[in-house]
Amino acid sequence: MTEKLVIVGNGMAPGRMLEELFESAPGRYQVTIFNAEPRVNYDRIMLSPVLSGEKTYEQIVIHGDGWYIQHGITLYKGHKIIAIDRNAKTVTSDHGVTESYDKLVIATGSVPFIIPVPGKDLRGVITYRDLDDVQAMLLAAQSRETAVVIGGGLLGLEAAAGLKARGMDVTVLHVMPTLMERQLDPAAGYLLQKAVEERGIKVITKANTKRILGEEKVEGIELEDGRIIPATLVVMAVGIRPNASLAKEAGLAVNRGIVVDAGMQTSDGDIMALGECAEVDGMVYGLVAPLYEMARVAARHLVGDRSAAFVHSDTPTKLKVTGINLYSVGDFADGDGREEIVLRDATAGIYKRLVLKDNRIIGTVLYGDTGDGAWFNDLLKRGTDITEMRDTLIFGQAYQGGSPLDPMAAVAALPDDAEICGCNGVCKGKIVSTITGKGLTSLDDVRAHTKASASCGSCTGLVEQLMSLTLGDAYNPAAVQPMCGCTELGHDDVRRLIKAKKLKTIPAVMQELEWKTCCGCAKCRPALNYYLVCDWPDEYADDYQSRFINERVHANIQKDGTYSVVPRMWGGVTNSKELRAIADVVDKFDVPLVKVTGGQRIDLLGIQKEDLPAVWADLGKAGFVSGQAYAKGLRTVKTCVGSDWCRFGTQDSTGLGIRIEKFMWGSWTPAKVKMAVSGCPRNCAEATCKDVGVICVDSGFEIHFAGAAGLDIKGTEVLGLVKTEDEALEHIVALTQMYREQARYLERIYKWAKRIGLDEIRRQIMDDAEKRKAYFDRFVFSQKFAQVDPWSERVSGKDKHEFRPMATVGFNQAAE
Amino acid sequence: MEMNWIAIGNISDIPLRGARCVRTPQGKIAVFRTAENDVFAIEDHCPHKGGPLSQGIVHGTAVTCPLHNWVISLETGKALGADEGEVRTIPVKNDNGALFIALESLALAAAE
Repeated sequence: MTEKLVIVGNGMAPGRMLEELFESAPGRYQVTIFNAEPRVNYDRIMLSPVLSGEKTYEQIVIHGDGWYIQHGITLYKGHKIIAIDRNAKTVTSDHGVTESYDKLVIATGSVPFIIPVPGKDLRGVITYRDLDDVQAMLLAAQSRETAVVIGGGLLGLEAAAGLKARGMDVTVLHVMPTLMERQLDPAAGYLLQKAVEERGIKVITKANTKRILGEEKVEGIELEDGRIIPATLVVMAVGIRPNASLAKEAGLAVNRGIVVDAGMQTSDGDIMALGECAEVDGMVYGLVAPLYEMARVAARHLVGDRSAAFVHSDTPTKLKVTGINLYSVGDFADGDGREEIVLRDATAGIYKRLVLKDNRIIGTVLYGDTGDGAWFNDLLKRGTDITEMRDTLIFGQAYQGGSPLDPMAAVAALPDDAEICGCNGVCKGKIVSTITGKGLTSLDDVRAHTKASASCGSCTGLVEQLMSLTLGDAYNPAAVQPMCGCTELGHDDVRRLIKAKKLKTIPAVMQELEWKTCCGCAKCRPALNYYLVCDWPDEYADDYQSRFINERVHANIQKDGTYSVVPRMWGGVTNSKELRAIADVVDKFDVPLVKVTGGQRIDLLGIQKEDLPAVWADLGKAGFVSGQAYAKGLRTVKTCVGSDWCRFGTQDSTGLGIRIEKFMWGSWTPAKVKMAVSGCPRNCAEATCKDVGVICVDSGFEIHFAGAAGLDIKGTEVLGLVKTEDEALEHIVALTQMYREQARYLERIYKWAKRIGLDEIRRQIMDDAEKRKAYFDRFVFSQKFAQVDPWSERVSGKDKHEFRPMATVGFNQAAE
Repeated sequence: MEMNWIAIGNISDIPLRGARCVRTPQGKIAVFRTAENDVFAIEDHCPHKGGPLSQGIVHGTAVTCPLHNWVISLETGKALGADEGEVRTIPVKNDNGALFIALESLALAAAE
């Protein structure tokens, strides 16, 4: 008979315990989970990247809803357990649900410590613990105002960096003289403070908070020394304490945390506890590695293996702030009988310190270059006598045993039980044997099967090296296709980092992201130029030398080096005056070919480059602007005649098409965007094979997207139905902006949509009015800088050099 | 062969990582200025299908042809990568920013 296992809490520790349990004894327990948070199990370590915008919530979910269904788990989301009846063996939630158990696991985690100062309950004072806190911070950050983070430890600094990345003015208050004093020595703390300050975050150390100021809402902070720091947001990140109140009320033995033995057993034989709420041998834990170890032990006990025991080990600390590398593990205080080896390179910003006792490493602090962290930690864990290599020890593993090893050889030299992934306690042997045993070939597979690099991700490089070693040429690390030969990074990483690191010029991108070439190539430069134009519309100065010739001279180059010119005809509508002006240009410049395009306008082909400004000048006099027929941008909005003329027309499709085109012309997009509006489902404007299309119906406007009629042929997908023209415009603009912000350069809408998922796009554009509005507003903002007719600019003399030869030489001088 | 240095203008006439054309009786010559301020001149005629190299994107000491993305070395005139082909390089002199190219006297004579 299946036993009933009830779990209070749905964090990472019980999640891991269940994975282990289902692997070793599937079907043994009927599992019920109560989660006070209204969501599934997600990776709390990655909250900081969510805050800074480098990841989304969806990307940090560990167990999606499907996982709970697959394992027959009953998950009560948003249910907080308020009572345990140990005699009846039941638990009861705040919504009145009572469940009985055979085995109960308490995993209530921890609660943030609130410093008891006046004003701590004001609005705008929050902690940093779960996704709700992150969302509260993101909301507050929209104001772009001032934030104070109390606490210069791991969490506090990550919160500060995230808020800064979101545009807030941030001050960190730290009560001790140096940052992260529990994990870093003063020297590394100083380097860290410098790096944090270089990011524009103010740091005040030795800062004692006296009170938080404000009437209803927080307005600032007063320090003991009388200083006042204005703030609209205060984040308390001074520490956590085990959340043991439920266990205490149930009469279990509780100290700082819920007292458990090495088998995670509480003072009640049917109740176990694990995670941050548990206290083993007088110690409580907050980092993920020991918590996962508890999960493993608990799972063993649940299947009857009484031998599994939790053993304390030091856990390395890493800071997840992009661009700051630090690593520390063990004990690094000064003391009798202790020696140290220190390496400093001020210019490179590197600091390494090893603390030795009896010729063994007992502590390590690395700043700037943390590549040898795993190796030092391995020596520490093993208690290796380092006498032999003492002279070169600080330089790292590569310098042991004669000539420097390349990084691959260093990984190859690691013993099988060397720990690769600290978060999940995965050693080299396990990774290698899983790769070969299961025939894994991608990093995602290795993450799925071994958990290595699946939490904080800082060991990804090592795992990839192991894959190369194990698989040889069969491993293609380009599961992420690099942008081009100039970088290892894929388009998505580059886009993410441009925003996260606030990179605003092409040289800055190349410098910060370690481009391998001095000034890029014809593949990456146009892509980078687009990403910067899109992300910083007001600040970035378009680099014309990084644009393809068509976008540089605003015409389409032809096979013989001449150009074609396509003026805009809004919605495909023209008149006699415009046609006469075109006819005059054709005669005056002897244009060899005039052709009607598929986008309902007129193409003049075979124009000499030198003549372009003069052609544009004549067209401009008749009111024409550039049709951007050459651009990765909005091309045409094709229309039918609609309700004005057509006996079947349901709406003014021509008018809507013109309105969309006038609203959106000039915007740059990852690849060309072609649109159409049809006045009825007969679809004469062929809207259902466009990037974005509208089919007018009696009840409103059906918006379509992700069609293709080029290299691929694909009918559109329906985004949704809206009632008014205004709504249609807002949805189309928001969709385009979402595409502008997310797609890879040269990726058409249909390919982007396939990658992101149609449902996700519908969710953000149709269902989430706030998101839609934000996309819309960002598009409108960027249009302020984009809607300049490039033709008239050049008629007025811009980029003159583009259209004239530099010199004419060698012809008969007398003729000149 | 006698070198005949002909003034074509100043380096500042060419945008950084850009190019300008010089018209000669032997066809157009593309004069490039790299990010490092080095100046090169080659025939403005891609060995592949005759594309105007002066209109391409300049990166390092190479240019990518705007028609079909061949990459041509500005130093040697040779196609880089898997493609094979070559354009003529023309000697350039940079005298404190004043630029000169050398055209073969033969060609000049023919033009007279």
